[in-house]
Amino acid sequence: MNVEVRCITEGSADGELLVSTEPIGFYGAVDIDTGEFIEEGHQLEGENISGKILVFPKGKGSTVGSYVLYGLSKKGNAPAAIVNQETETIVATGCILGEIPCVDGFDIPLGELENGIGVHVDADIGKVEIRGV
Amino acid sequence: MYLTDEEKEMLESDNPAVRKAMKLLVKLGDIYGADEMVEITSAQASGVSYKSIGDPGIMFLREFADEGAKVSVPTFANPAGMDLEKWEEMHISKEFAEKQKQIIEAMKSMGITISSSCTPYLWSNLPTRNEHIAWAESSAVSFANSVIGARTNREGGPSALAAAITGRTPKHGLHLDENRVPTHVVEIDAELNSISDFGALGSWTGGKVEDGKPYFIGVDSAGTDKLKSLGAAMAASGAVALYFVEGITADPMEVSGLERLKFTERDKREEYGRLTESEDPDLVVFGCPHCSINEIENIAKKLEGKTLDKDLWVFTSKAVEAWSDRMGYTDIIEKAGGKVFSDTCNVVCPIEEMNYGRMGTNSGKAANYLPGFCKQKVMFADTGDLIDKVLK
Repeated sequence: MNVEVRCITEGSADGELLVSTEPIGFYGAVDIDTGEFIEEGHQLEGENISGKILVFPKGKGSTVGSYVLYGLSKKGNAPAAIVNQETETIVATGCILGEIPCVDGFDIPLGELENGIGVHVDADIGKVEIRGV
Repeated sequence: MYLTDEEKEMLESDNPAVRKAMKLLVKLGDIYGADEMVEITSAQASGVSYKSIGDPGIMFLREFADEGAKVSVPTFANPAGMDLEKWEEMHISKEFAEKQKQIIEAMKSMGITISSSCTPYLWSNLPTRNEHIAWAESSAVSFANSVIGARTNREGGPSALAAAITGRTPKHGLHLDENRVPTHVVEIDAELNSISDFGALGSWTGGKVEDGKPYFIGVDSAGTDKLKSLGAAMAASGAVALYFVEGITADPMEVSGLERLKFTERDKREEYGRLTESEDPDLVVFGCPHCSINEIENIAKKLEGKTLDKDLWVFTSKAVEAWSDRMGYTDIIEKAGGKVFSDTCNVVCPIEEMNYGRMGTNSGKAANYLPGFCKQKVMFADTGDLIDKVLK
C-alpha cells in the first residue's frame, strides 16, 4: 500500500514499522544512549525506536523534545524516519536539527497498523510504502 | 515561501550554522503557512538551564558554536539553572555546575549576552511598538506583545537561536495585524491589589482561554510589576502570548460578539485555594518573573530588622541585583536570613534536588509550575502574607 504524504525533512529510509496511536513527547520519554522508550505507562514503553520507521499522530509536551531527537541522531539511535498525521514544531525542529527524514499528512487509521512490517519512506517524493498490505 | 536574495544566500551559506538556521526557519515557516520572512531587531534565547535541556541540548549548542554560529541581532539569554557566581550557596552540585558552564560558554561564544533573565525589558532590551522580535520565554513574550506592543510569536529554543543568527523569523501568527485581536472578554468584578491578585487572575484566565487573546475590562490600575505577573501566569496555566487591558495597555476596542467571562471575588478566592496545597512553606521564593528593583525594595522593607524562621530566596537579574546591593536591600534581606540570587529562578534551577518540599510563592506562574517541574507543595499568597508566615 502506498500513502501520499508531505515532506517535512528530506531523505529516504527502510525499516520496521513501530506505531503509537498516542502522541509522543520526547523529553523524558526516550533514553538517547540506547533509543529505548522509557516513559512509564506509554504505549511504547519498553520498545526501542532506534532504526525504526516511527509512526505516531503528532508530537506534544516540552520543546526540549527537539533536542532529544537531535541527541538520538548524534548517538546513532534515531528512528530511521518519522511518519506523522500532523508534524508540529517540536518534532519538525528535532528532525531538521537531527537530519531525520520526516513526513506528515499520513491519513490512515494508526490502530490498524502492525509493528514489525516493512516500510519504505521517501520524503523527497512524499511517499510511504507499506509492504505486504 | 518567498525569500529575498540575501535569505537564499543564507540557505547556501559556507557557514553550516547559518545554513541550518535558515533551513529550520524556512521549514517552520512552511508548516505555519508563512508567505515570507520578516527582519527582527532582537532575540531572546531560551533553553539555557541544564535542568531544561540536558546533555542533548549541550551537544547541540556546542556543535552550533563550533560551526561558527554568531548572532546577528542583540540576543539575551533566559535564566540558567543556577546563580552563575553563588551556585554553591544554592547547594548546586559540582557536576550540574560544570554542565551549566558549558552551556553558558557555548552561548557566549555565539555572541549571546549572558543576561540570564526572563525580564530583559526591565533593563536593557526594550523594543518599540510594532518592532518584530523573536523571543522565547513565555512571560517575556507576553509582556513584549501586550504591554510594549512589539511583535513576537512564542519561539522555542532552537527557532529563537536560528532567528538570532539569521536576523529573520517566519512572518506568521502574532507578526500579522489580523492575528493581534481579542478572542475573549474578561470582565473584572474583583479587587485587584497585589502582584499575587494579578497572578490569580492570570492563572484563572489562562485556564479558561488557553491560547486565546483575552481583553480585560474593569482593571483600574496596573503597573509594570503587576502586568508581568498577570502575563506570566496566563502563559503558564494557558498559552496566552497576547492580552489587552482596556485603558491600560490598549485603547477601547470593538469586542461585541466575543465570548465573555467574569472574574469575581469568589473566583479569585477559589484560585488562591486551588493553587495552595500546603500552608506551611519551608522555603519562600520571590522573583517569578525576575523581581524588579521596586519589588526587592518592598521585600527588604518588610524584612528590615526581622529574623526569618525559614529560608527565603529572591530571584532577579544580575543588573537588578547590582542595584539591590548598592541600595542596601540585599544586606537587609541577608541579615534577616534570606538570600538574593541572580541568573536563575525557582522553576529552572534543580530545586527538587535540594531539601525542600513545600514552597511559598506570590507568582501565579510559579504556583502552576512548581508542583510538576519541581515536585513542590505550594502556598500561593501575597508577598506580605508569605513573609509573615516565615518570620520568627
